[in-house]
Amino acid sequence: MNQPVLTCRDICFSYHNLNGETKALSNLSFQINKGEFVAIVGPSGCGKSTLLSIIAGLIKPESGEIILDQSERIRIGYMLQQDHLLEWRTIWKNILLGPEVTGTLTKEKEALASRLLSEYGLEKFKDKRPAELSGGMKQRAALIRTMVMEPGLLLLDEPFSALDYQTRLMVSGDIGSIIRKSGITALLITHDLSEAISLADRILVLKRRPASIKNDIPVKLTLSEHTPLSARNAPEFKDLFTLLWKEISNEYSEKEI
Amino acid sequence: MNTAKKKSDLEAACIPLISETQKKYIHDHYRHHHLITILRFLVFFTFLIIWEAAGRFRLIDTFFFSSPSMVISYFVQMLADGSLFTHAGITLLETILSFLLITLISMLTATLLWYSRTLSEILEPYLVILNSLPKSALAPLLIVWLGTGTGTIIVAGISVAIFGSVINLYTGFRHTDPEKLKLIYTLGGNRFDAFHKVVLPSSIPVILSNMKVNIGLALVGVIIGEFLAARKGLGYLIIYGTQVFKLNMVITSIIILCIIAMGLYQCIQWLEHLYKKKK
Repeated sequence: MNQPVLTCRDICFSYHNLNGETKALSNLSFQINKGEFVAIVGPSGCGKSTLLSIIAGLIKPESGEIILDQSERIRIGYMLQQDHLLEWRTIWKNILLGPEVTGTLTKEKEALASRLLSEYGLEKFKDKRPAELSGGMKQRAALIRTMVMEPGLLLLDEPFSALDYQTRLMVSGDIGSIIRKSGITALLITHDLSEAISLADRILVLKRRPASIKNDIPVKLTLSEHTPLSARNAPEFKDLFTLLWKEISNEYSEKEI
Repeated sequence: MNTAKKKSDLEAACIPLISETQKKYIHDHYRHHHLITILRFLVFFTFLIIWEAAGRFRLIDTFFFSSPSMVISYFVQMLADGSLFTHAGITLLETILSFLLITLISMLTATLLWYSRTLSEILEPYLVILNSLPKSALAPLLIVWLGTGTGTIIVAGISVAIFGSVINLYTGFRHTDPEKLKLIYTLGGNRFDAFHKVVLPSSIPVILSNMKVNIGLALVGVIIGEFLAARKGLGYLIIYGTQVFKLNMVITSIIILCIIAMGLYQCIQWLEHLYKKKK
């Protein structure tokens, strides 16, 4: 169980323009084990999304290294802030976009896609356009598009932030249990503290820019079943929330508030 | 198709439920439309009548201004001796060829510019200068280089629209949502996938509106070309007609040009309609 899937070691990254350099990440190190659901919280604009892009290999760190599990050639799935379903494609064509661009569209992939569709209650919308779906359904379709690639590590970049509050609660619960059931390793970035507590096994708190890990807080809730909604009613929830809030608000200087 | 069916079901279900105010709204809506159509024709016929009457009562000299009846009789004469088909046909052919070449070349160039940021940065000032240059200034040069004939005229047609078209398409391509491109990269796609899965399909509206501009400009370029380097075509008829003071010929040609321009524009409009329906 303690096999690390992802190790980040001394990651540094800066943004450059002619007016100077903005350090986004400095000597950031952490590790995620197989099957864990880790949330990263931090003050806004601290470089959380940059970190995900680096892990996903979209941008290269200036120094430091990302070590992915060597035993199995691990694939990274990435869920963006919005569903970004392509409106000129049907849902079916949208969820097969990954296999299509990587040239891995096989009968097995199609079977997996239709199984996921019916599992997530979207088979009726297979031939519909994204515009005909509700926000929550679109988010689920986006999750299927990611899951079809059979990722070993799932990166979630505030995937619920574009939804309204009620939908957000439902969809985060929904997607949280799907991920938990599939036993996939996941890394969630969020600025919503209660979302982090209700979904994750462990929460990493980031310092303000340049970001590094400030705190590593394990989440242990006494629960009969691990659903994000029941997590909010767990006795430990309030204390964890207060603790996280203190950690985060320390990162904002007086001036910024 | 599914939604269309749903809609008709919905309408069928609603028929007995139409309220008086809704009926009045629909009635007023169609009345307004009919009124507009009638008034449009009225403007057209009033213009023709005034033109014709002014000629008959010698308020204008029909030698210079022609008249609707003279245009019609000249048109019939052109139909009879087949010259209408020769001249209008060649102009139409040249315009369509120019238009197709403009579309092809500008799509390829814009794609190349999208692929290479460096190339687009290098070429940008040249494109801007060439685009703002009045292309009719190039026409005499084209004759010297290419001689007279259909080739020169097609090149003239292309030269009018090509630079603007490249700039428009390139700008359209660049306006693709960067998050959608990121999506392709996170799924393991490369720049080529990003282009033909996201950039191209999301740019179809831009491509279509660009085509509408191009078809008009191609016609302008072809007429400029024919003014200078043709023995056939409507542009040639206009120049020739002015030189020998056959103004019936000039005005009839201009009217045929109007009809061609309208027809070509409608074709693209129809394509656009087809695309929207499919969507």
